[in-house]
Amino acid sequence: MSMPKIALRGLYKIFGPDDAAMMAHIRAGMGKTELLEQHKHVLGLQDISVDMQPGEITVVMGLSGSGKSTLIRHLNRLIEPTAGEILLDGEDVTALGPDALRQLRQKRMSMVFQKFALLPHRTVLQNAATALEVQGVDRPTREAEAQKWLKRVGLDGYEGRYPAQLSGGMQQRVGIARALTSNADIMLMDEAFSALDPLIRTDMQNLLLELQVELQKTIVFITHDLDEALKLADHLVILKDGAVVQQGEPQGILLAPADPYIEDFVRDINRARVLRVRSVMEPVQDRSCAGDVDPDDTLEALIARSGGETSLCYRVVKNGEILGQIDMRDLVRALVPRGVTGTH
Amino acid sequence: MAYEGVFDALGLRAWCDAAGDNAPLSMADLLASTGAENGGGGVPFPSLDVLHEACPQIAQTRDVTAALEDGFLAMRPELKLVLDPVTQPLSWMLDSALWFFTSVPWWVLLPALIYLAWAVSRSRGVTLFVALSFLGLGVIDHLEVALETLSIIFVCTSISVVLGVPIGIAMSRSKAVQRGILPVLDLLQTLPTFVYLIPLIFLFSVTESKLYGIAIILYAIVPVIRLTDLGIRLVDRDVIEAADAFGMSQRQKLWKVQLPLALPNIMAGVNQTIMMSLAMVVIASLVSAPGLGVLVLRGIRNLELGVGLVAGIGIVLLAVILDRTSKAALARVDRAGKAE
Ligand SMILES: Nc1ncnc2c1ncn2[C@@H]1O[C@H](COP(=O)(O)OP(=O)(O)O)[C@@H](O)[C@H]1O
Ligand SMILES: [Mg+2]
Repeated sequence: MSMPKIALRGLYKIFGPDDAAMMAHIRAGMGKTELLEQHKHVLGLQDISVDMQPGEITVVMGLSGSGKSTLIRHLNRLIEPTAGEILLDGEDVTALGPDALRQLRQKRMSMVFQKFALLPHRTVLQNAATALEVQGVDRPTREAEAQKWLKRVGLDGYEGRYPAQLSGGMQQRVGIARALTSNADIMLMDEAFSALDPLIRTDMQNLLLELQVELQKTIVFITHDLDEALKLADHLVILKDGAVVQQGEPQGILLAPADPYIEDFVRDINRARVLRVRSVMEPVQDRSCAGDVDPDDTLEALIARSGGETSLCYRVVKNGEILGQIDMRDLVRALVPRGVTGTH
Repeated sequence: MAYEGVFDALGLRAWCDAAGDNAPLSMADLLASTGAENGGGGVPFPSLDVLHEACPQIAQTRDVTAALEDGFLAMRPELKLVLDPVTQPLSWMLDSALWFFTSVPWWVLLPALIYLAWAVSRSRGVTLFVALSFLGLGVIDHLEVALETLSIIFVCTSISVVLGVPIGIAMSRSKAVQRGILPVLDLLQTLPTFVYLIPLIFLFSVTESKLYGIAIILYAIVPVIRLTDLGIRLVDRDVIEAADAFGMSQRQKLWKVQLPLALPNIMAGVNQTIMMSLAMVVIASLVSAPGLGVLVLRGIRNLELGVGLVAGIGIVLLAVILDRTSKAALARVDRAGKAE
């Protein structure tokens, strides 16, 4: 595997006046509740180690208060870690001085916020040009660049409006244009779509995926919504009480949740729509099959094709190569979440 | 007397008598000799003057007053050495503004002021009101004094803003600075205005215009400081976080985010500062500030009811002009900020 774009190594965050001293208690095995009760410090993150690959969308998911915002704010050090390393292209971000840190925030990472956080006294165009303005790029250049990205996110013609005149979805498009205008190859998105209506949210997710095909940014995306996480994630990290409970390929997590917390999460998901053939297929056996399917087809598509017939099987073929086969019985079994037993 | 026994009992008699009672009779002595038995059931409150009678070593109240005065006078040369050069430009500014407002012909000055009202308020109603008010003041021969008052307000408000905004910014950035300055602001705002005229009269001569300039600025600077601090603290935390996330420096953040977003609050502070300057410029006529206040004072001193009333009406007019104009400017800034 290539070198991760961003690597977190044993990252801890303790909120409170004397956080460094509290690390001793934590290393000695003290938990979040005891730390709060006995020492009045909040354990925000514990022992986080995550690799984020270049060009991938890493989604961090967890309930409210699980430390997602705290985690993403460590990447550009809006929050300082108590212990651990944050490696960006192998270089330790925690060692940067104030000027180098500002350089990093200007050129290498951009951010999109849940509440948009646009400057209300500036026009859409000026807002989108913020990042380049901070870098000292002259006005015609930065506005041309901002114009280009506004057009790309579908805001052609809105340059002269003010944020308050736009709907939430459009404001977040400005937020995305502002992040893209900086030309940073890492984009941090903290619940960027959570404040939007469901339909608009779907639009924005599609926009992001479209842009991603073209731009191949390294995206860190925070959400508390599993559907959104499964739709966007190349790599899924599940956070609980500031600790990673499971991480990996989303399909794998869905099929083999590591603990009851995650089982709860995945219980209500429409598995047929999310799971792909490749996650359920088996090695080829001697059996004649009813047809060929693509490994990236959803189970839902396959069920539709089989007409609900469970005795069939299909060959999984990609680019003329046979990867395996899928038995409709296995497929049906995969639709039942683990932990649900047939005792009615 | 009541307290002699106390000193005897404490064995201080010899020490007390060593002083010898050579002080002249105080008012309290006189009162004591005539009606000492009234009230208190024969035991007077142990004030300095009463104790002095029992033991001459104890100072009298008037000695304390005198000592304070002497102390202050002794410090005066050093204080003046520092304060005089620092405050001298204030005198120059006040004097030249006064000269300017009283020597430029009215047919130049009035249109200019009316245009200024238009430029900041962009409101026809307000501008018309300003024009009519000036006309009214001119007709009753109060234009010149009103302009004198106005010149002082312009100078003092400008200086208050120039000093107050940076102080407010400093307070918004540091809890420690804020904790240090807030009590001073509270003091300036709660002290009755007369009270801080007293040390100022000691320090500067009544012929210097900076005397009233300082009095007015000390009083009027408070709101602009407070509201600058508040305005910056109230700026949306998410927007500040975004500014940080895009790598803005402290200065970029101040000029591009904090000050523009705090502007409506700062303008509200400026409005209050203007109104407080006006209130103080009237009181400052006690220490030779020119303008409408002088006429009010004459009305009070000489019981010239008409003079006092007309000047009072002039002040009300000025107050309404200044308030309407600055409020209109504030509303304009507010609208621009929300961009509806
Ligand atoms: N500045 C802070 N001081 C103390 N506790 C904090 C601070 N910021 C966050 N926390 C705590 O850290 C935990 C995680 O917060 P956060 O990262 O905002 O969660 P999420 O974004 O997942 O909802 C919460 O329990 C919160 O109370
Ligand atoms: Mg959050």
